[in-house]
Amino acid sequence: MSTLNKTSRRDFLKISSLTGGGLVLGFSWFGSDAAPVILNSSTVADLNFNSYLSIATDGTITILSPNPELGQNVMTSFPMIVADELDADWNKVKVMQAPLDKKFDRQLTGGSGAIPHSWKRLRTAGATARYLLIAAAAKKWNVDASECTAENSFVIHTKTGNKLSYGELAEDASKITVPADVQLKNRKDFKLIGKAIKNVENKNIITGKGIFGLDVYRDGMVYAMIQRPPAFGTKIKSVDDKAAKAMPGIIDVVTFKNNVAVVGKSTWEVMKARKVLKVEYEKDGNIESTADHNQLFTTMLNSDNAQVRRKDGDVETAFKNAAKVITSEYQCPFLPHSPMEPMNFFADVRADGVELIGATQTPGSALTQVSKLLNIPEDKINVTITRLGGGFGRRLKFDFVVEAAELSSIIKKPVKLIWTKEDDMTGGSYRPAVRYRFQAALDASGNLIGYKLRGAGINVGNSTRENNFPSGAVDNLLIDTVDHQSPITTGAWRAPVTNFLAYAEQSFIDEVAHAAGKDPVQFRLELLQKARTNKVGTINYNIDRMETVIKTVAEKSGWGKKKDVSLGFSVYFSHQSYVGQVAEAIMKDGKPVIKKIYAVSDCGEVINKSGALQQVMGAIVDGYGHAMFGKLSFKEGAPEQTNYHNYRMIRMKEIPEVDAYFIDNGIDPTGLGEPALPPTGGAVANAIFKATGIRLKQQPFVDEKLFNPA
Amino acid sequence: MPVFTLRINGKEYKTDVAADTPLLWVLRDHLGLVGTKYGCGIAQCGACTVHIDGNPVRSCTLPVSAVKTAKVTTIEGLSKDGDHPVQLAWDEIDVPQCGYCQAGQIMTAAALLKRNPKPTVQQIEDAMHGNLCRCGAYHRIREAIISASKKI
Repeated sequence: MSTLNKTSRRDFLKISSLTGGGLVLGFSWFGSDAAPVILNSSTVADLNFNSYLSIATDGTITILSPNPELGQNVMTSFPMIVADELDADWNKVKVMQAPLDKKFDRQLTGGSGAIPHSWKRLRTAGATARYLLIAAAAKKWNVDASECTAENSFVIHTKTGNKLSYGELAEDASKITVPADVQLKNRKDFKLIGKAIKNVENKNIITGKGIFGLDVYRDGMVYAMIQRPPAFGTKIKSVDDKAAKAMPGIIDVVTFKNNVAVVGKSTWEVMKARKVLKVEYEKDGNIESTADHNQLFTTMLNSDNAQVRRKDGDVETAFKNAAKVITSEYQCPFLPHSPMEPMNFFADVRADGVELIGATQTPGSALTQVSKLLNIPEDKINVTITRLGGGFGRRLKFDFVVEAAELSSIIKKPVKLIWTKEDDMTGGSYRPAVRYRFQAALDASGNLIGYKLRGAGINVGNSTRENNFPSGAVDNLLIDTVDHQSPITTGAWRAPVTNFLAYAEQSFIDEVAHAAGKDPVQFRLELLQKARTNKVGTINYNIDRMETVIKTVAEKSGWGKKKDVSLGFSVYFSHQSYVGQVAEAIMKDGKPVIKKIYAVSDCGEVINKSGALQQVMGAIVDGYGHAMFGKLSFKEGAPEQTNYHNYRMIRMKEIPEVDAYFIDNGIDPTGLGEPALPPTGGAVANAIFKATGIRLKQQPFVDEKLFNPA
Repeated sequence: MPVFTLRINGKEYKTDVAADTPLLWVLRDHLGLVGTKYGCGIAQCGACTVHIDGNPVRSCTLPVSAVKTAKVTTIEGLSKDGDHPVQLAWDEIDVPQCGYCQAGQIMTAAALLKRNPKPTVQQIEDAMHGNLCRCGAYHRIREAIISASKKI
């Protein structure tokens, strides 16, 4: 697969002599109409380009990493793609986190979308620089560029073996006209893409460098924490901050909106003073408990007022004619994201502009919101992105950025706002809670002739993925949803919706296969075959890719061949990728234990083998850990779990082994930060069913009777 | 406020803070040693692990007044140039995802290997039980400790 990538000339820009010589390539990934211009340092800021890739005269290649890095390893995989097309010596590549620059298109982290979005752009960036360097060398040697090749940061004249380094060529390359089209590599010629390349920030991480948001310290900075309402559905009634103000090291206590902010000279002094605040709260909306939600789920599942998401054929007749009907309900609780680094942000709101520094998945949206709130033009606001100590969706919301900015504008000081772990766990934006009811109609031969799914959610919106499997493979199908609006705030949590839907659906499909007397793998393959030959409606998944993943993971796991272990199957399509998993359970002391999980992922081209494996292993530990242990329950509007002493997270001795494989198909890359998470809960539940005969219908599994014999 | 003299990473530091200030916040807010991380504040996640006379201790719940003359080692002082066998293994196995918990993981692992250079897998898992990794990098953390133990 070799492609001629036609990219408009106006998307490129060379900037010479901006960094003391060499070649600086700027790219407008914003769709600017500006014609390519040679720029100097005084005009660069005015144009819709950013200096993205530079090659210094000493051969150092600097690549900016636009997207926030939270462990998805984009800071390594992006430059790998550029460096591969550039034929750069990886040891000479330096990667720097770019600040927020609206000239970058999609400078955010979410939806497993960075690599799919930027794949072609990054390759073109590297290939363009390579073209310019080769052209510069050819000119110098007075030979045709077609006689030259590039390797390991050198241009080589193949006939004579003459070599010039990229550093030596950088200055001349900046004088060559940017090409309209560049040839991208054939994938068989990739040298970095597909290899295991270590995280470029390993050294900073393992030596404890201050690279995270909480590590930001500035001269004159004060520290702040905010007391927020303890229960959802309440607001401030009165504030007595006298005692807190009198505490040592306290500079001020200010109340804005529903926030009481304690500002002081150190984190600990602020923490202590906050404890002596006397704040009374009063009702401001529904005060809900988990017990209320459980009743609500039943009401919603039986409601006549559902929103239809998809309807194929005649569902009622199919169920009337069914030889067998299977009905089952599955439920998942709220979950906090709980990244290891609690929310925090630095803000300095001054008359002449705003400085924002910290860990956010959405720097652009944060900037827009701060601009609106403080009525300060966007171009007066600078956002510096630090490394994120985890995100999992929590840092898609920028509430903490806005709080910090608002507080700084009130106290007129640079401030670091810090959330405690308790603030983080009780402060909202949770994964929503949901209950599903599935119904399947089988004919006398065990064919699936009707399928119904009702999603009942709390602040989910659409709790289904109506065009996902098994839609397209069932003639008569109805998918609808009911949603309850709660004051408990929710948000995207790694693999939104699919992180619970996949568990429920893949468990139910397993149930239906057993009821039909069919092997769960065979049953899925039959459904895919049906969708292939006689597809019903539109579907958003690729039948061949899903089928390949199913067959491959079945083979890798020894499906149908193992006697001493119980296997559970699951497959899911999300973020344009396909992941099949088989969990292996054994019985120990009367309880099932998951020993191993096999995973086969089709995410198209794998960029970094090491990073990709990390994403899959991490997502499986994440999916398994939360399915087993994760629970956030509510009593009178307040979360009952507040920190790691009563909110259980998976620990090292509880992890299953993971055996991960990738399909090598050369398709343009699709997402990988999330897709390996959704299938895990179902594979585990199905393996446990196989081992015990018991269906786990509710997360967390550890609360089920199976794990708590009387 | 009392002045405390602390011995950290072979250097002497003086700090003027309330006696109940956790060592974590003295390191971070007052001494500029930000490698030690705040995770939970209640000694449940291990992100703040430092060595006190060679033993792994959660600095988020250790009052500075309790340190007295003990030798404190933080991630910044574990080695001169990031070349402690555990740090090297962390890079070799490519352990970090987000990386926030890793200083604490490394400090716990280094303390384990100091008192038991050839731990069994179960001893590793027991020693690391107090360190959470939300990214789920546990497989490689374990692998890196095994790798380091072979080189010590």
